[in-house]
Amino acid sequence: MTILSYDNTLEGFFTAVFEIFEYKYQDVSIIGADKAQNVLFAEVITVITNDEKSDRVLARLEKQLGKEGVRQILYAFLSETEDAENILFRAIKYAVDNSGKNVFADFSNPDVLKISKLVKSVGREKHRMEAFIRFELLKDGIYFAKIYPDFNVLTLVVRHFKNRYQDQKWLIYDFKRGYGVYYDLENTEIVTLDADVEKKLQDEDGIYDDKEINYQKLWVEYFDHTNIKERKNMKLHVQHVPKRYWKYLTEKKIF
Amino acid sequence: MFDYLGNNTFLSLNLYPLNFKNLNYERVKEKLEILADAAKYDVSCSSSGGNRKNASKGLGDSSATGICHTYTEDGRCVSLLKILLTNFCIYDCAYCVTRISNDIQRAAFTVDEVVDLTMSFYRRNYIEGLFLSSGIFKNADYTMERLVRVAKKLRLEHNFNGYIHLKSIPDASDELMREAGLYADRLSMNLEIPTESGLKLLAPDKSHQQMIKPMDFVKNEILIYKDEKKIIKSTPKFAPAGQSTQVIVGATPETDLQIIKVADHFYKNFNLKRVYYSGYVPVSNDARLPALGSQVPLVRENRLYQADWLMRFYGFKANEILEQNNPFLDLEVDPKMSWALRNVDKFPVMIQTAPLEMILRVPGIGVKSAYKIIQARRFKNLTLEHIKKIGVSTNRAKYFITVANANRSLDFLDAVNLKDIILKDTRSKFENPFSNQLSLLNDDSFLR
Repeated sequence: MTILSYDNTLEGFFTAVFEIFEYKYQDVSIIGADKAQNVLFAEVITVITNDEKSDRVLARLEKQLGKEGVRQILYAFLSETEDAENILFRAIKYAVDNSGKNVFADFSNPDVLKISKLVKSVGREKHRMEAFIRFELLKDGIYFAKIYPDFNVLTLVVRHFKNRYQDQKWLIYDFKRGYGVYYDLENTEIVTLDADVEKKLQDEDGIYDDKEINYQKLWVEYFDHTNIKERKNMKLHVQHVPKRYWKYLTEKKIF
Repeated sequence: MFDYLGNNTFLSLNLYPLNFKNLNYERVKEKLEILADAAKYDVSCSSSGGNRKNASKGLGDSSATGICHTYTEDGRCVSLLKILLTNFCIYDCAYCVTRISNDIQRAAFTVDEVVDLTMSFYRRNYIEGLFLSSGIFKNADYTMERLVRVAKKLRLEHNFNGYIHLKSIPDASDELMREAGLYADRLSMNLEIPTESGLKLLAPDKSHQQMIKPMDFVKNEILIYKDEKKIIKSTPKFAPAGQSTQVIVGATPETDLQIIKVADHFYKNFNLKRVYYSGYVPVSNDARLPALGSQVPLVRENRLYQADWLMRFYGFKANEILEQNNPFLDLEVDPKMSWALRNVDKFPVMIQTAPLEMILRVPGIGVKSAYKIIQARRFKNLTLEHIKKIGVSTNRAKYFITVANANRSLDFLDAVNLKDIILKDTRSKFENPFSNQLSLLNDDSFLR
């Protein structure tokens, strides 16, 4: 068995796909570099990410599967699911073997179906981030949000928040993966914070603007009073707002 | 009451310039409690269909699909800051908490307070926008003018592009409705009581005519602005998310058939985006209404929404869903299943070859699954397992379809007790969400 290790980027993955066809590897598996050390009994070939090869794969896929197909590949890739790379590779091979057909509509193929499920999960997580992210105003005028998403969706929500909040500085930080996106009224950029700053942002209360706590309390007040007690239905409530997201939500805070 | 209004802060609001820093927290908190409480019976919270772009470095845009930022403990979507501008009201509608004869605490927001709350909540990603309604004080135009003023200020002074839903006030003038349409994304007028006779009984001061006039005006303006936009691209948006209405279910003895027909009429003649059905929550000891403490008819409300969906997305006509001699929706099974059970001769449907319209009519198959079936069947002969993986509720669908493999459930299609068989198979699904109601299911009068 041949194992290809790549640098965990989408371009790296596409390069690996290209090289499987280029060198006609048989019985092959693709894994992220972070997992490559754990391989004991097989040869590991390290793929060097190559933009030209990656672009050729992208162009080929876009031609056959359309922009929507490429979006689905990206979403499934960002799911970071165990074995996502190999599911994607098998589906891509299935597409190449049936050129001219939009194979992503063939839901009777197990890999296509699995991808459509992953796309759905990642899309749902993206939507939940757009809904459940809560900004808190810091003393220095930045609206700041902490997130811990199940999938690596931060880059997928940047456009949404950039369109929406153009007249305020904001920072959304993924504490699970240790990176964030900062908007400075002009552009967005990916940032990583030093450990001590990360800790400060996560734990300290003194960093917030004086009015912040009042607005949070007003929101909690509103949340309680817009509820109709006679219709209470906690099962439905938890179904819509799963408990693992409660830590994001201002309205679930206890003051 | 009127004397009180005369000295109200409401009327002198222009004396206080907007100053975010001095927003009186305690006072706003108290008002918010009262005026959110009073607004919560309006079930609409949709923020879809807005699609306003943030083109000039302002705050907010509205995505076409809408976002629910949280859900209340009763399980309803919270998308908008839904409040009344004031709960002072000159009307005495029996079904309404803010009716004049009700002895409750009254309050009124200033325009600036509403603007500040909306902006501050929006900046923190709590909401998609504002849904502003109001009790009617002095007269219709006086009230409508205040609502419009809030929307205008948000749009023009604060460059706010989030979603704004304004309540249309019955009898409001055309000029104010036009202005409202220019700043709001959606306008809504609640019929509340679906029949004129019911309305006469519970709200003698109101008539459907008062409500229909502004609705009709807005409908026509929307069409005019849309036409103009085809020729002149810079034509401003006019209520781009359209109009909606709400009817209360279970306050008066209307049948479901009457309610569905009213909904159908308004969808067709007023191009409504949505009709909302609100199970009556008892708020009064009035002898004309269900007593305080009666159950909210949640199951019936749910069935009405399902029927509404059948009309809007599944190609059903109002008179197919219910018949004159049986004018209430079956509370045990959903309306599509109910239709299928009355029309077993139209089944089984061949999954491999049937047209989309018929696939949509199979119980357990939703719109998305129907489209997926149409796509997937080009590649393969679909089996029950395939369509289950696609997302179909096969525990209901299997009785009504032929698939590539053997389907033994089809044997029951002609059985006299098909409904019981299906109920047994699907029970668990229906038991949970409204479990406290289920034991009452046999007592229909209780639920209606």
